[in-house]
Amino acid sequence: MNARLLLLLLLWPFAASAQGFAGLGTATEGFGTPERPAVFDFPRDHGPHDDYRIEWWYLTANLTAEDGTAYGLQWTLFRSALSTEGGEGWASPQFWMGHAAVTTPTDHYVAERLARGGIGQAGVTVGPFEAWIDDWQLVGSSFDTLNMTASGPDFAYDMDLSAQGPLIFHGENGYSVKSADGQASYYYSQPFYRIEGTLNLPDGDVQVSGNAWLDREWSSQPLSEDQTGWDWFSLSLDDGKLMGFRLRQDDGSYYTSATWITPDGETTAYPDGAFQADPVSYSDVDGRQVPTQWNVRLDTCGVDVDVYALNPQAWMATSVPYWEGPIIIEGSHRGVGYLEMTGYE
Amino acid sequence: MTQAGLQALLSHWLRNPMQLFTMIVGLSLATALWSGVQAVNAEARASYDAAAQALGEGRFAQITSANGAIAQVDYNRLRRAGWLVSPVVEGRLDGVRLIGLDPLTSPSGMSPMGVREGGLSIDVLLGGALFATQDTCGQWGTKDVARVVTPDAAPGVVITDVGTAQRLLGLENVLSRLLVSPTQPIKQTPLNEVISDLTLRAPQDGSDVGRLTDSFHLNLTAFGLLSFAVGIFIVHGAIGLAFEQRRPVIRTLRALGFPLRRLIVLIAIELLVLSLIAGAIGVGLGYLVAAALLPDVAATISGLYGETVSGTLQLRPEWWLSGLMVAVGGTCMAAAASLFQLARMPLLASARPRAWAMQAGKGRLYQAGLAVALLILAALLGAFGSGLTAGFGMLAALLIGAALALPVVLDRVLAFGASQAKSVIAEWFWADTRQQLPGLSLALMALLLAMAANVGVSTMVSSFRLTFTGFLDQRLASEFYVYADDANQAAALQTYLTARVDKVLPIQSADQNVRGLPSEIYGPTAHATYRENWLFLQAAPDAWARIEAGEGAAINEQLARRADVAIGDEIILAGNAFPVLGIYGDYGNPIGQVIVTETTFKDLFPEISPLRFGLRMNAAEVPALTEELREDFGLAAANMVNQTGIKAFSLSVFDRTFTVTGALNVLTLAVAGFAILMSLLTLATMRLPQLAPVWAQGLTRAKLGRIELIRAVLLALLTTALALPLGLALAWTLLAVVNVEAFGWRLPMFLFPMDYARLAIFAVGAAVLAALWPARKLARTRPADLLKVFSNER
Repeated sequence: MNARLLLLLLLWPFAASAQGFAGLGTATEGFGTPERPAVFDFPRDHGPHDDYRIEWWYLTANLTAEDGTAYGLQWTLFRSALSTEGGEGWASPQFWMGHAAVTTPTDHYVAERLARGGIGQAGVTVGPFEAWIDDWQLVGSSFDTLNMTASGPDFAYDMDLSAQGPLIFHGENGYSVKSADGQASYYYSQPFYRIEGTLNLPDGDVQVSGNAWLDREWSSQPLSEDQTGWDWFSLSLDDGKLMGFRLRQDDGSYYTSATWITPDGETTAYPDGAFQADPVSYSDVDGRQVPTQWNVRLDTCGVDVDVYALNPQAWMATSVPYWEGPIIIEGSHRGVGYLEMTGYE
Repeated sequence: MTQAGLQALLSHWLRNPMQLFTMIVGLSLATALWSGVQAVNAEARASYDAAAQALGEGRFAQITSANGAIAQVDYNRLRRAGWLVSPVVEGRLDGVRLIGLDPLTSPSGMSPMGVREGGLSIDVLLGGALFATQDTCGQWGTKDVARVVTPDAAPGVVITDVGTAQRLLGLENVLSRLLVSPTQPIKQTPLNEVISDLTLRAPQDGSDVGRLTDSFHLNLTAFGLLSFAVGIFIVHGAIGLAFEQRRPVIRTLRALGFPLRRLIVLIAIELLVLSLIAGAIGVGLGYLVAAALLPDVAATISGLYGETVSGTLQLRPEWWLSGLMVAVGGTCMAAAASLFQLARMPLLASARPRAWAMQAGKGRLYQAGLAVALLILAALLGAFGSGLTAGFGMLAALLIGAALALPVVLDRVLAFGASQAKSVIAEWFWADTRQQLPGLSLALMALLLAMAANVGVSTMVSSFRLTFTGFLDQRLASEFYVYADDANQAAALQTYLTARVDKVLPIQSADQNVRGLPSEIYGPTAHATYRENWLFLQAAPDAWARIEAGEGAAINEQLARRADVAIGDEIILAGNAFPVLGIYGDYGNPIGQVIVTETTFKDLFPEISPLRFGLRMNAAEVPALTEELREDFGLAAANMVNQTGIKAFSLSVFDRTFTVTGALNVLTLAVAGFAILMSLLTLATMRLPQLAPVWAQGLTRAKLGRIELIRAVLLALLTTALALPLGLALAWTLLAVVNVEAFGWRLPMFLFPMDYARLAIFAVGAAVLAALWPARKLARTRPADLLKVFSNER
């Protein structure tokens, strides 16, 4: 999935007692539930859906500098509603969290921002499109042309994005099932952004360009209670793009899902079992064992690749920690991509 | 052999359980005194730390505005410009300080709520929960908001979400100040380009709260040090006596061939165990003392500074440690000297009665020399020393020097008394008293220090009270104070109030550096209120008249001392030079202050308009006006301060301080009295050979007993007479040296003869009580025992 379903709620320790990773398997009375068929209304659906418990604007990018060095970049805005009872100002139940990161082959820079809804410190509007938290922003006259900034104590970036293809809808036209129990989310992506700009790093500024992938997803209970975490892959290959995820269940089994995207934006969704991802080797990351090399297969498309982390230490040491970083792909196909792994204790 | 030796040593205690009891009680009491004072201190400090941490005061840089209010939209503008700041809303409501924070952005997260990880989810907070200690919750009126009791919350403070605080205080969309996170992003728009009228204040070394209360704290610390000195003397006495009492056992063991080295090791281990036991008992007792005193101390500090010490006492590891250290350390010091003597003394000499006391007596000349040297050192430090270390050094030299000098001085006084004696009995009395001096001197030193400490502390606390009352009169001269939320309301209030009260005195201030020191410039209206209540420590002729004419400025003592400004010197305010015409006391204020008249202030700072007003009016009409303001302006209780109430509360709190001081006085004297009792008891058995001949010559036992009592009174009176000047010197050092070094202002010293007389009566009473039992014992000594002295030449 990206289901990068992270977090939020987890801002607080109550995640520990909640179900599933970061409380995302907790039942959600009163909140909206994704339903078939998914019908979208743009640009309105680029904006927030306050009656759903969680939502995100999740952008990752594989970048290359003029000297050929590979970089990864993340810009994420999460929205989380604590209740369906709406309040004004500080009493708003909406919470916002921003994560930004830059990954180099040797370093990983992370920053996190938190904000209350209702006071204007963070939010998303659609006419024109603007998503922001503090000084971080993703803005543009439309969803196709955006400027993106973020800064942390030791890094910053300023990027321009322009869409080179259409929006992609996962699952059944954007209705993405996450478990055998039927938990689902609304999920669409813009994987065709051309991105370029400047990274401000401790060693100096770097001009970079590459490809960015933006995920939009919202739901209220995207995980089943027995799901403990996930491994999400976005792969940009020679002849297409592949989104696939594996949800880990506490009995050791998995629930998988994938979307194959052709260069001109045609999609094929694959149900549970078609997509296969198996750890090949683990790295010691922040005191825990995290798989940073994988074998990924989608047999019907002839995909059988090995995936390596550009920097195995791409650990997001945020309120809810997880692994998120750029990957290098070799095997039946070549390319780059992004990997997200949650729930590794 | 070791076992046999140990048995022999321990059997002494079995045969003389009273001696064991007195030694353990002596050690325990000394430890209790020390740890009790420490407990009160540690608890107070811990509470300040909690308060300071909770409020983020000092630890973080802050953004403030000149009028104390920051629009919420400005908070957003700063965040969007890359400033990681966190909002704080604060105010007083129903006598409690209410602070609203945003836990998502606060640099210290949820910790100000006293909530540990796992204790709370954010939705509890959003629901409008108030976090406070049990006490604070209890004293607060009904509010439509849930309360969460957290023992770790700062006392006297209610913490809640920023939104809830805004609602309760009636400050919608207004923030009081912003905390600046220590980590900021690398890209950030400069503050003055975002909003021009906000000020960034660097984090302070110590918090404001801490600085204000440090003075009172320092006083407590000094008392702790004094009690430590008293305690060490008592421990020393108790251990010395334990040695003395066991001379015969030690002599016999050594005569039987028990190796000296092993004997010393055995005694050392035995003393270590005993001191640990006594120390543990002492810490427990100290805890009880502290628990009894703490509510009063807490109330004192709360009344003085509006900060509260938690009413609950926790046994902190540091008390155990420091309490045991006093017991074991004191024992080690005392035992080292005794063991050294034991090792040095000839085998047979150790059997002689009073050998230990006489051994001590031999060093008297040396002791006198040391005493004189220490007293000279104290005088030199007082005259030429600078810095807090010199102040405390002077204190220590003074105390130890005086204690060491005591036996010498008493000896000279007694020798003089003997020379004036008219009868045989009187002559014997003086000579006999003089002869007992070495054995009693340690106990008397303890009494001297206890008395001096009490005189010093009483003087200090009472002087503090007088000064503080004067300060309250000066600072809260108006009957009623009103705070406006913004300039518009202020203007409306001023018109409204002018028609209703005798005089409206606007209070306005500006922050500026004066001679490099952060200072506040005040511009009060020319009015009799100031002329009558603001008293100068130093002033030029017609100071107030000239200040009102705009010819100069008055500054506080802190600024005068730190920047070395004297009357007639010029200071620069907003680019204009003003001569200093007066210097006034400004107790407790950590920064500089300058007063110019209202018209001058308006010329210098035209952009500042007053938001606060002092109202001169009939005090009886204050409640009615409060009600009118509430109705006509919707002013919150937090915006109106009835000065009479504050003053009365502060003074009532001071009266409780006296309870604390009184209790500690009684305790120290009790401890000193106990030391005298122990010394007299020990001496009593040894003195039979000296008393028997006097009895044989016709002095009845009853008369001997009465003489014992008279002796105790005489020694106590002499010691008290010496303690009085010492105590006053002590108080002077604390008020005029230590306080100036620590805080930059001097507390005026006042004398309280009635207090001293009462203390003297206590001291003599303690000595009489201590002597009563030995005297009674003497009066009831069986004649057969007295006769035995002649038959049994030891």
